[in-house]
Amino acid sequence: MKQFETVIGLEVHVELATKTKIFCSCSTAFGGAPNSHTCPVCTGMPGSLPVLNKKVVEYAVAVGLATNCTITQNCKFDRKNYFYPDNPQNYQISQLYLPICRNGAVEIETPDGGKKTVGIHEIHMEEDAGKLVHDDWGENSLVDFNRSGVPLIEIVSEPDMRSADEVIAYLEKLRMTIQYLGASDCKLQEGSMRADVNISVREVGAKEFGTRTEMKNLNSFKAIARAIEAETERQIDLIEAGKEVVQETRRWDDAKEYSYAMRSKEDAQDYRYFPEPDLVPIVISDEWMEEIRSKQPELRDEKKARYIEEYQLPEYDANILTGNKHLADLFEQTTEICHAPKKVSNWLMGETMRLMKEADMEAEQLHFSPENLAKLIGLTEQKAINNSVAKEVFQHIFAEDIDPEAYVEEHGLKTVADDGQLRGTIEKIVADNPQSVEDYRAGKKKAIGFLVGQTMKATQGKADPGMVNRILTELLEQ
Amino acid sequence: MANVISDETLEYVGILAKLELADDEKQRAKKDMEEMLDYIDKLNELDTSNVEPMSHVFPVNNVFREDEVVERDGHEETLANAPERNGNSFVVPKTIVGD
Repeated sequence: MKQFETVIGLEVHVELATKTKIFCSCSTAFGGAPNSHTCPVCTGMPGSLPVLNKKVVEYAVAVGLATNCTITQNCKFDRKNYFYPDNPQNYQISQLYLPICRNGAVEIETPDGGKKTVGIHEIHMEEDAGKLVHDDWGENSLVDFNRSGVPLIEIVSEPDMRSADEVIAYLEKLRMTIQYLGASDCKLQEGSMRADVNISVREVGAKEFGTRTEMKNLNSFKAIARAIEAETERQIDLIEAGKEVVQETRRWDDAKEYSYAMRSKEDAQDYRYFPEPDLVPIVISDEWMEEIRSKQPELRDEKKARYIEEYQLPEYDANILTGNKHLADLFEQTTEICHAPKKVSNWLMGETMRLMKEADMEAEQLHFSPENLAKLIGLTEQKAINNSVAKEVFQHIFAEDIDPEAYVEEHGLKTVADDGQLRGTIEKIVADNPQSVEDYRAGKKKAIGFLVGQTMKATQGKADPGMVNRILTELLEQ
Repeated sequence: MANVISDETLEYVGILAKLELADDEKQRAKKDMEEMLDYIDKLNELDTSNVEPMSHVFPVNNVFREDEVVERDGHEETLANAPERNGNSFVVPKTIVGD
């Protein structure tokens, strides 16, 4: 049997986190009524003039620098012409001839723990289209131009990936990098990151690429993995049956785990690109580029290394904490206050993640303050509360961001730390439970557990278990 | 060196431009297009191998806008241009993505 390999390249669209659209001052905010964020520019009215949002250029350059691209210091926009109702101008302003970034590369970790470089062919800037709403029964479609003109960058990889795992590692890498830069929130489900996957197969050892298809409508990492698997299989089946793979765009239906060829928008894909006459060229000086470079935040790999070095965290912790920018920020802000990095890490990786999973939340949705977590850690460090009380208090911090000091005070949860008071309680318990005392003294050391339990019960869980053990042992050994 | 526009080319350009031409219009369009191509051929006689392609007619670059929202609830103004509307949306003939 022939052995095949899958060759995969990606076109990733990322919605930039600007406040306004790429060529007009309309807001990019989500959730407005249809067409509430529109003007003559983003609805393509004749005579309107686009003016480029400077922030778009800066974000694009920032992403390019972070992905080791060469910045095209003299770049410009082009028109891509096509008719479709979501595109009111009948053209999309994009970049064909001089994209802003070229020849980049990112390093990914492969499933076997090795490293691999994925080339980035180019990154270009362009505008998003409007949104079409179809109803199933009517004769018409509705158009909302609120997304029309929202800035995008399209990141085009080289066909360097060979498996779904590599594709996901690459996407994770891009997402993490761009999130760290603050250039986008990169949410696949919400469409602020979209990946079109170009797939072909060839016999192992072949030099030429096979004919590729482009897969669209992939809204999650899982859908991407399933689509790659299904498309690889479909192409291999065709080849083995002596048929040819047709170069086409296919749409993935994740519910049915099946893809079908999309009807082309209108016969030919002939976009007749030409230089955009309404926009002047962009010159990115060395100074401007350096300014953007100097503002680059610490990216994930550097941050991870620093956590291990500066905070003495295990690599495992550093990996998880830096795996999400929001979590990493929370970690650093809390550590800044309480100076107990490992304790902060434990709270974030333990209870926080457990509660997040329970509530099906993402790190971005965490809303407790670093101050309150730091205070909680302070309380445990002073042994003012014991661990089980701390966990209970944390649930309230997690849910309502309560002040743990006030909460503990109010609910009388402080550890009974007064040696005299606790000793009195324990002496009474020892006196009331002669059987356990006798068992212990007869060598059944486990009997102490019952007495500890009784003490915790008598103090409503507020006693410091270490202290209880010490006093009990002292009394029993007498 | 006269260029000739074939019927197929005219048909294709018509599809791309979403234009349907009557027969006499087709004849005129062919003639126009042929003359345009002849004109381009004339320009091509010039050796431009050492000339950098011009991307814009004005000697201006870096015209930017700061990323600041200018609040305007534009939908009434925008929708005034809609041939047909439904609530706050434009109405267009049904389009289905895919299938």
